[in-house]
Amino acid sequence: MTDTPVMQPRGSLREWLRAPTASSPRQARAQAVWRGWQRLITNRAAFAGLIVLLILVTLAVVGPWLTPYSVMGQDLSVRLQPPSAQHLLGTDDLGRDILTRILYGARITLMMAALVAVIAGPIGLAVGATAGYLGGWFDIVAMRLVDVFLSFPSLILALAFVAALGPGIENAVIAISLSAWPPIARLARAEALTVRKSDYIAAARLQGASPMRLIMKHVMPICLPSVVVRVTLNMAGIILTAAGLGFLGLGAQPPSPEWGAMLASGRQFMLTSWWLAATPGAAIMLVSLSFNLLGDGLRDVLDPRND
Amino acid sequence: MSAGDLANSVSSNRSASSMRWGRAAREFLKTAASVSVTILGLLALTFFIGRLLPLDPVLAILGDDASQEAYERMVIKLGLDKPMWEQFITYLWNSLHFDFGMSLTSGKPVTEDILRVFPATLELATVAMILGTGLGIPLGVLAAANRDTWIDQVVRVISLIGYSAPIFWLGLLGLVVFYAGLGWVGAPGRIDIVYQYDLETRTGLYLIDSLLAGRLDIFADVFGRIVMPAAILAYGAMAYISRMTRSFMLEQLSQEYIIAAQAKGASRLSVVWGHAFPNIAVQLVTVVALSYAFLLEGAVLTETVFAWPGFGRYLTTALLRADMNAVLGCTLIVGLIFITLNLLSDVFYRIFDPRTR
Amino acid sequence: MTDPLLEVRNLRVAYPSAHGYSDALRGISFTLGREKLGIVGESGSGKSTAGRAIMRLLPPKARVTADALRLSGFDLLGASERQMRDIRGGRIAMILQDPRYALNPLKTVGAQIMESYRIHIKGSRAEARDRMLAMLEDVRIRDPQRVTGLYPHELSGGMGQRVMIAMMLIPSPKLVIADEPTSALDVTVRGQILDVLNERVEAQGAGLILISHDLPLVSDFCDRVLVMYGGQIMEELAAHDLSQASHPYTIALNASLPPLDHAVDELIVPEYDPTWLTEATE
Ligand SMILES: Nc1ncnc2c1ncn2[C@@H]1O[C@H](COP(=O)(O)OP(=O)(O)OP(=O)(O)O)[C@@H](O)[C@H]1O
Ligand SMILES: [Mg+2]
Repeated sequence: MTDTPVMQPRGSLREWLRAPTASSPRQARAQAVWRGWQRLITNRAAFAGLIVLLILVTLAVVGPWLTPYSVMGQDLSVRLQPPSAQHLLGTDDLGRDILTRILYGARITLMMAALVAVIAGPIGLAVGATAGYLGGWFDIVAMRLVDVFLSFPSLILALAFVAALGPGIENAVIAISLSAWPPIARLARAEALTVRKSDYIAAARLQGASPMRLIMKHVMPICLPSVVVRVTLNMAGIILTAAGLGFLGLGAQPPSPEWGAMLASGRQFMLTSWWLAATPGAAIMLVSLSFNLLGDGLRDVLDPRND
Repeated sequence: MSAGDLANSVSSNRSASSMRWGRAAREFLKTAASVSVTILGLLALTFFIGRLLPLDPVLAILGDDASQEAYERMVIKLGLDKPMWEQFITYLWNSLHFDFGMSLTSGKPVTEDILRVFPATLELATVAMILGTGLGIPLGVLAAANRDTWIDQVVRVISLIGYSAPIFWLGLLGLVVFYAGLGWVGAPGRIDIVYQYDLETRTGLYLIDSLLAGRLDIFADVFGRIVMPAAILAYGAMAYISRMTRSFMLEQLSQEYIIAAQAKGASRLSVVWGHAFPNIAVQLVTVVALSYAFLLEGAVLTETVFAWPGFGRYLTTALLRADMNAVLGCTLIVGLIFITLNLLSDVFYRIFDPRTR
Repeated sequence: MTDPLLEVRNLRVAYPSAHGYSDALRGISFTLGREKLGIVGESGSGKSTAGRAIMRLLPPKARVTADALRLSGFDLLGASERQMRDIRGGRIAMILQDPRYALNPLKTVGAQIMESYRIHIKGSRAEARDRMLAMLEDVRIRDPQRVTGLYPHELSGGMGQRVMIAMMLIPSPKLVIADEPTSALDVTVRGQILDVLNERVEAQGAGLILISHDLPLVSDFCDRVLVMYGGQIMEELAAHDLSQASHPYTIALNASLPPLDHAVDELIVPEYDPTWLTEATE
């Protein structure tokens, strides 16, 4: 937004946000966001999800400084140790500290999820907004394509892509992104359809704005909020898919502390040393649970019926 | 599904029947056209994955150290020297005849392999579906009818965990606790090796085959083994179904006709199950059909954990060996199943909702 | 002294909102005998809320209090859910606004009317069916045999509302609350529906509360009128006195009606005076 900020007397931001009637569109918008935020943090589950995610991100960032152990360093003298004071989550078959590896793994998982979000989000947004705004043959072709992609459960499609591209983290990210954009495109299109006919778009068009510019400047910003919520909601699924690929040996490869891969290599020790497979699985669940809680909360906030 | 079947579902009211015939035929043509385009797209997508992505299909077959001569022979044998469009036409033609080529892993036609492994997955998915639907629908209805009470919260937590837990992890935990620890369920695998060649397979579904053969001992073995993977798969389906059921029910329960039913003095039970529930039945069929298709996804991971000789494990094995014919064949089949289930639920919708008649 | 059919004293309803509870009804009181009482007021004034509160059909989150809410002396607020089920439909009936939404789309007309009957009156299916057909005739549906098998979406608005009347009145309730029974209908059939409703109510000797925002209609149809605004009763009048109303709100409402005898350029929009809301609570 380019309009100059309204001057505020110090300390009255709260009042400004809470004023019973808004005196400018800007204030009204800010108030809507503020109310949404209030509702989000009063929703205990969503708030918990948010907090856990923040903690996880922090841990992923500072993790390496928290632990005395190295992520790859093997020490066969302490292999398969159960959880203890030295190794809070025990050690694996090569004597590596599992907690350390889980902390490093958080980086990989969160990074993969973030990459998928920044690849699939914009692609879906661009395709959907353009299709919804332009209509016509572009719309027909794009939505057919979306239908085709949606004819596969996302893991299956990602598997097919990985099979062709070859295993590995980068390819897993590409494969998951390729299977994650279609639902976003469909959503963005639905949003774009609702604004296509609005007066201000017509006004901008009359002023001679090109379709490209209209889509970028006016249609996409309108679609953005729901796309962001949708991506948050899909994040849990993305993480599960990434872990599934790792587990099948098609994502991150073994020495990597990716959680799915850790689980797969801990699997053979399941019956004797349960913590090898149990802990990375619990970590995956914690992250995807947090995203689900946050996503649910966001959806509740944006759905006026839940007032 | 033919136009005739669709039209039969339409009431036989004489005066309007010719008009309805026309409409049914038009709708049918529209659906048929749209489905064929989607299937064509499906084929194009798998073709794209198979031919245009970096992996060299020739090297995948011959291995990295193939001689130049062998390489060229294989290129010609696979038709890779032909122009792309010609390759695509051939691919279309073959796929439409369910000819997906030979599997590198088994050395047999992919179609034959899929037909062989499919019953195992079908049996697993069906048991899971029965469990997941049977629990998910009542839970969802219960949650909606008791919105914002502790019942709703409990159902919500149960389904959230189902959404969030990696299914392969649940499977491993299940094995550790219920098989190794408590000994309540059977070992991984579909049937005890002892019985393997003992059982005459008529349907390919061992639960049914063993009953048909009157072998209760085999039935017990098969049942003990299928319970765990089916329950794990069912949990995911239940999470999805109960959540969808809840939101459909909430929508119905806020309708005016619900107030009317209450104003008539109908009991809570009758309002919920007699009035609201039938109104979501048709939507639920779509959800159940969809989750059936999603079970295939779950099966890929579950079958690996439980050494289940089905479709999912066939696909993973193929994946690890870069057996592209098998991978693409499987992918295509999943897509077709998906489309078919969607279509069926659409047809069901038309037949059973009086508003669309 | 016998109890009135319905006694409402200081009925209050509040809904939870962002800042504590917000009032939808701020203490209304009235009594009703075997008569036709109209409730008028603008949208949001609390008419439907009042009707639903009497039947205890408000959503659970609504907070309902009253000094008295009695049907022929029976305390409705203290009644158990079980008792309320007998009262709903059996003693108090409610006619809803729009038959397109108020009838279950998946049940045939016959099934819905029979259900109503069988909840409150024991007897065989055949009996219920006979009563249902008779009732359809009573509400002047021309071909009851055929209509029985129809689904709600196959009915016209007028037919739908007749079916609703049949469905709600078949157990012979003593009090009928009709919440804008004609406002979703085509103007041409409104009169017929009101006639049918009137006839049924009189034949069964029931009391009627007619909720509407149509002032002339209510004054024609009812014996007495309550004028509501902002969750309160502004004034209570005999219907034929409506034109002599004393409360400024009623006068404003009256004035906002388009006159029939001469054309006007602009309709008068009632102007509100915040003191109306404080007045009645004093
Ligand atoms: N479920 C609810 N939750 C919160 N507030 C409600 C709810 N139902 C009604 N209200 C509020 O109660 C007040 C009275 O509503 P009510 O429906 O009784 O008005 P009404 O007089 O029937 O209006 P109309 O003529 O539009 O039908 C309104 O201010 C409304 O916002
Ligand atoms: Mg109302």
